[in-house]
Amino acid sequence: MTGKKTPLIRLAKRDAMPSWQRWAIRLAAIVLALLVGGVVMAAVISPDNGNFFRRFIGAYATVLDGALGKKTAIRQTVKNFIPLLGTALAIAPCFKMRFWNIGAEGQITAGAVCATYFALFWADKLPQVPLLLIMAAAGALGGGLWALVPAFFKARWGTNETLFTLMMNYIVIGFVKWLQGGPWEKQPKGSQQIAQFAENACLPKVAGVYCGWIVVLVLMVVMFLYMKYTKQGYEIAVVGESERTARYAGMNVGKIVMRTMFLSGAIAGIVGFLLVSGANNTLYDGVADGAGFTAITVAWLSQLNPFGMAGISAMLAVLEKGSDTLQTRMAVPVAISDVITGVLLFFMLGCEFFIRYKVIFRGREEKEGTK
Amino acid sequence: MNGILKLIVAAIFNGTPLLYGTVGEVLTEKSGNLNLGVEGMMYMGGALGLGAAFYYEKAVGAAASGPVAVALAILFAFLAGAAGALIFSFLTVSLRANQNVTGLALTIFGTGVGQFLGEYMRVREQGYVAVSNSLKAAFQLSPFPRFLQDLPVLGQLLFGYNIFVYLGIAIALVMAWFLGRTRAGLQLRAVGESPATADAAGINVTRYKYLATVIGGGISAIGGMVYIMTVAGAVWNHEGLSGEGWLAVALVIFCLWTPLRALWGSALFGGLMVLYLYLPLSFIPGQLYKILPYVVTVVVLVAVSLRQKRENQPPESLGSAYFREER
Repeated sequence: MTGKKTPLIRLAKRDAMPSWQRWAIRLAAIVLALLVGGVVMAAVISPDNGNFFRRFIGAYATVLDGALGKKTAIRQTVKNFIPLLGTALAIAPCFKMRFWNIGAEGQITAGAVCATYFALFWADKLPQVPLLLIMAAAGALGGGLWALVPAFFKARWGTNETLFTLMMNYIVIGFVKWLQGGPWEKQPKGSQQIAQFAENACLPKVAGVYCGWIVVLVLMVVMFLYMKYTKQGYEIAVVGESERTARYAGMNVGKIVMRTMFLSGAIAGIVGFLLVSGANNTLYDGVADGAGFTAITVAWLSQLNPFGMAGISAMLAVLEKGSDTLQTRMAVPVAISDVITGVLLFFMLGCEFFIRYKVIFRGREEKEGTK
Repeated sequence: MNGILKLIVAAIFNGTPLLYGTVGEVLTEKSGNLNLGVEGMMYMGGALGLGAAFYYEKAVGAAASGPVAVALAILFAFLAGAAGALIFSFLTVSLRANQNVTGLALTIFGTGVGQFLGEYMRVREQGYVAVSNSLKAAFQLSPFPRFLQDLPVLGQLLFGYNIFVYLGIAIALVMAWFLGRTRAGLQLRAVGESPATADAAGINVTRYKYLATVIGGGISAIGGMVYIMTVAGAVWNHEGLSGEGWLAVALVIFCLWTPLRALWGSALFGGLMVLYLYLPLSFIPGQLYKILPYVVTVVVLVAVSLRQKRENQPPESLGSAYFREER
């Protein structure tokens, strides 16, 4: 193995890396992505705000100040955080199973529709606690069944789940648009809006924000235990690693796929319930507001670790709220948060390579060999 | 009769953005790369294409020529999509990342970039990014002489469309010829079916995957520009564009990875999208009618998976990465 015949760059598989080193690489990827995002922001902020470096710092300072500077801002950030974490927890088992559920948006909406039905038509017949419980159960059932449809076809005939779950989003959102302008429209007609919920259909506030944040934090712990310590969690992991292995071990893959998807949709449906009952106190077609997609980022960036998801959700919630402020104060389009999220994902996907492989340049090896 | 004619014309007009998206993705998937970022690339293409036409006109003023603007819009839309697809290729082919997640990341990134640019141009130009009527005509009117367009029935049906309809059909025909009749096309299909075999036969798998994905992404992105410049009326409209890319990905399955079927498949879906305008049914409310294309897509997905015929299968290695060392 000398000289010219060796390629310039070769790859070799690494032995398992210590966990701190893995997380250090991932952290470096996040920092790099934020650097890229900062450069983009600094480039579009007008030069009146000082030189490039000051604009760069100023952009992130504005994001942090806008998201965490005031009590009301923090509350809004927490409100952004709730659906992100909740939905990420919902899709995590699917992604672990390598079932690409990108229909969380629709499952949230389906859950929201079912919960809204009880809020609109049963609020005068039931006291608050049973009503809220029924709404939550209806949301879970609605989201779960909405997710079960593509799962059934996937399990039975191998229908492409990515596109199926996605198309289900457009279908249910179109349905809500119809409800809004049709049977559920508030009086007097013409507003294209559904009425605000009665007081007993709204979630109470704890520490200034509706109590959904407690629900998602509890869900986080439950999901961690479910994935790590239960038989079902183990089955999900095996199916994700290799369907053939799962089948050989006697697992009923179709059943696992359907059960996991129902669970996933049910959690998304509960998020939908939280959104209509806690955040908006009504239903509209944009109830999910992109949470279903951003949650994919959250789940993947945190390597499907529930506690990691809380951290990443918090980061993205700050970014989301902060970029609102950035738009009003410095005229940076609010879509910057999506751009940075995308870049974050790219870097994170790319850095996994350096965790699994090492790159050897020509000539390096001889030196190492002579040591 | 006249109603049907109008519907067919509208179907072809509205289906053209889908045609570009689909044909581009067919090329990508033939190499074994499943790029789910079509939606993102179409957003980027839409924003950059509009930007190119707008800033070109702003730079040269009244002397702006229609054909140059069209060419620039195509070029920049292509480059935007190619850049997005290059990121995808680098991550999935060179860095071996998961294709599904990378495609979703490209969608998030691309829709973000598209909206960011659309909004940024709007703010910078104080309000409105729109090209003048004379330039709009170059994008939206038929390139054929008046007397051909005035022919009864045939004139509308064959000669009345904007230039992108004809260009899209040409691209689909060339693609069909390339994939089915050329040596490079055969080698590309070999890469998609069985990269290990192709590699052993001395085909440069990496180069084919990169080229097919980048060119395919560029073609898909032109579809986004076509949507913005024709269907949306040459202003930035991200709500209208939303979903086009995903329908294109679904259409690839519908047309069974053949560009020729994409020709009528895209027209069919273009028709489904506007059917509620041309064939209103009193018992179906408009809002529910509008979800028809998505319902049909679901039905198609199920139908395709039910009829497992040998010749109707996706490229064998679709979605999985190829590492020579891990054979």
